[in-house]
Amino acid sequence: MSALADQKRLAAEALLSALPVPMEEAAWAHEVRAKARARLLDQGAPVRRDEYWKYTNPAKLSSPLALAEPSDEQPAAAEAFGGQPHARFVNGRLRQDLSAMPHVEGLAVSSFAEVVKQDISIAREVFGVLEHAGQEKVMRPLAILNTATATDGLVIQAHGAAGQVHMRSDLIGDGASVLRHLIRVEAGAELTLLESGSASNTVIEVDVAEGGIFHHIRVQSGARTPSASHIFARLHTESQFKTFTLSADGEITRNEVVLDLVGEEASGHIAGAVLAQDQSHVDNTVFVTHSAAHCESRQVFKSVLAGRAKSVFQGKIFVRDGAQKTDGYQISQSVLLNDGAEFLAKPELEIYADDVACSHGSTTGALDPTAMFYLRSRGVRKADAEAMLIAAFADEAIAEIADEDLADTMRAEVARWMSNRS
Amino acid sequence: MLKIENLSVKLEEEDKQILNGLTLEVPAGKVHAIMGPNGSGKSTLSYVLAGRDGYEVTDGTATLNDEDILDIDPEERAASGLFLAFQYPVEIPGVGNMTFLRTALNAQRKARGEDEISAPEFLKLVRAKAKGLNIDMDMLKRPVNVGFSGGEKKRNEILQMAVLEPSMCILDETDSGLDVDAMKLVADGVNALRSDDRGFLVITHYQRLLDHIKPDVVHILANGRIVQTGGPELALQVENDGYGDILKDVA
Repeated sequence: MSALADQKRLAAEALLSALPVPMEEAAWAHEVRAKARARLLDQGAPVRRDEYWKYTNPAKLSSPLALAEPSDEQPAAAEAFGGQPHARFVNGRLRQDLSAMPHVEGLAVSSFAEVVKQDISIAREVFGVLEHAGQEKVMRPLAILNTATATDGLVIQAHGAAGQVHMRSDLIGDGASVLRHLIRVEAGAELTLLESGSASNTVIEVDVAEGGIFHHIRVQSGARTPSASHIFARLHTESQFKTFTLSADGEITRNEVVLDLVGEEASGHIAGAVLAQDQSHVDNTVFVTHSAAHCESRQVFKSVLAGRAKSVFQGKIFVRDGAQKTDGYQISQSVLLNDGAEFLAKPELEIYADDVACSHGSTTGALDPTAMFYLRSRGVRKADAEAMLIAAFADEAIAEIADEDLADTMRAEVARWMSNRS
Repeated sequence: MLKIENLSVKLEEEDKQILNGLTLEVPAGKVHAIMGPNGSGKSTLSYVLAGRDGYEVTDGTATLNDEDILDIDPEERAASGLFLAFQYPVEIPGVGNMTFLRTALNAQRKARGEDEISAPEFLKLVRAKAKGLNIDMDMLKRPVNVGFSGGEKKRNEILQMAVLEPSMCILDETDSGLDVDAMKLVADGVNALRSDDRGFLVITHYQRLLDHIKPDVVHILANGRIVQTGGPELALQVENDGYGDILKDVA
């Protein structure tokens, strides 16, 4: 075994030994956990020398950390998306006393910690399955760690029209919080998942059945601890998937979205706005696989960077042989508000079908000086002119959100960031 | 009102002198025109007065109502009553026209210690001004100048001028890219703003705009300074004979 492989395996062992082996789970869940441990040891923990971690040092995201102690303290008030969360997680556990699940017809919401103790087919069909499939082309060890050790999360089954669930995670004190959410949107059903707060390691697995629609909107604001997230989604025929993440500051954040469009005429949109200052580091890594013909995917990422902040975008479109008439689009752009800020983009296309349309683009630069002068020449103060241009820039990602009211809540977040900017 | 004395300006990036001791005074209530061949420094003059980056004033002064404007920010110049109608109005995707204009108006009012205008009052004001310029309100719901035709952009400049009510208006080649009908509409908009307490500096390459906006005084700019000053007949002379004769005379 090479020295690097040794190092990766040792690091994986350290990661696993810092977190407890989940106990008292059903046999099937126990097996998923055991297999995940084996896979992680086999694959090893991420290190800087891994190509997939070239722009983001994995050290802080994969340092062995014990689970945060359960807490019954009251976390800070948490309004996001213009309302209270339905489900609140504190230190990686669902707080029933702070949660009020939506009672909507066609929407079943339960706790992951409870579900893994039972034999529930949806969970069995999703848990670890989509994550494992998402390892095909690139290793995603932090997602495997999540499969092996996640303590809680939501299990949501949508089989009706337009359900909405808002979940939030907080950390009181120190330690790791590892959350796992399992989602199945049944044929023709629709679900909007809102996510706020932060956890050290979050994985969402989403299976969208034929004609199903899944919307996900996430706010990551000022997390003081490293945060890694993965979304693994499988999109069946004529289904739609849309995710948007607003990342405002935060020490170090890595968001991976792994989509597989397996049914024809499916559509997957991934968008994000990054607002970062000081030493903040935000990484958006996207991997879209077109496995079926006539599908469409779209990636739109905008970064506004100040101080010595760094934003990374790695976006890949992988088109399998036979996925003809694929329409893949990707754009990543940044505005650097000063010299020390940095934007790193790595767009990739890998195409094995001969009748597809795939495009990508990336730009970086300062705010348009001509536009700045025009606004100021009319009397708009410099800071306000900057804020207007930044809001307009970020809006190109926010506009990807289908629901106008929810989009407005994101615009308000951008305005808030601008006014708080040091 | 606007007083420019011995103004000398060079480009910051290259060591190139553009204005060479330009002197000019526009009193309140008057319309002065500046004509000149390409490269004479017409646009530089308008940009320097409005405060665009990239120019270095090497000598001279410019004051508006006795206030030095060269040392203050563009937004402060605007609040002091200066307005530049751009030759090429800037498209700003994502910023709504109405939001932009209301922010600008309120910033100016605030800077002058006046109360901000309320949303309904503002809407009423813009409606009234837009009507005269044949601008429909749907156009103003769009982002600033995005998707506007050349004529719409110029009319939008005049609308901003009408709403902001500056005391000193500089029009930089406002006729460029306009057909006769559009030019007439824009000129009518400008003429409607003429008043005893407002000055205009109309910068143009051609005489035709001056058929519609009648100047009191015409200046000829060449090589960065005023080489001749006269009445409206000077513009006609340029129209008939070109700049050649005038430049030969001063050479």
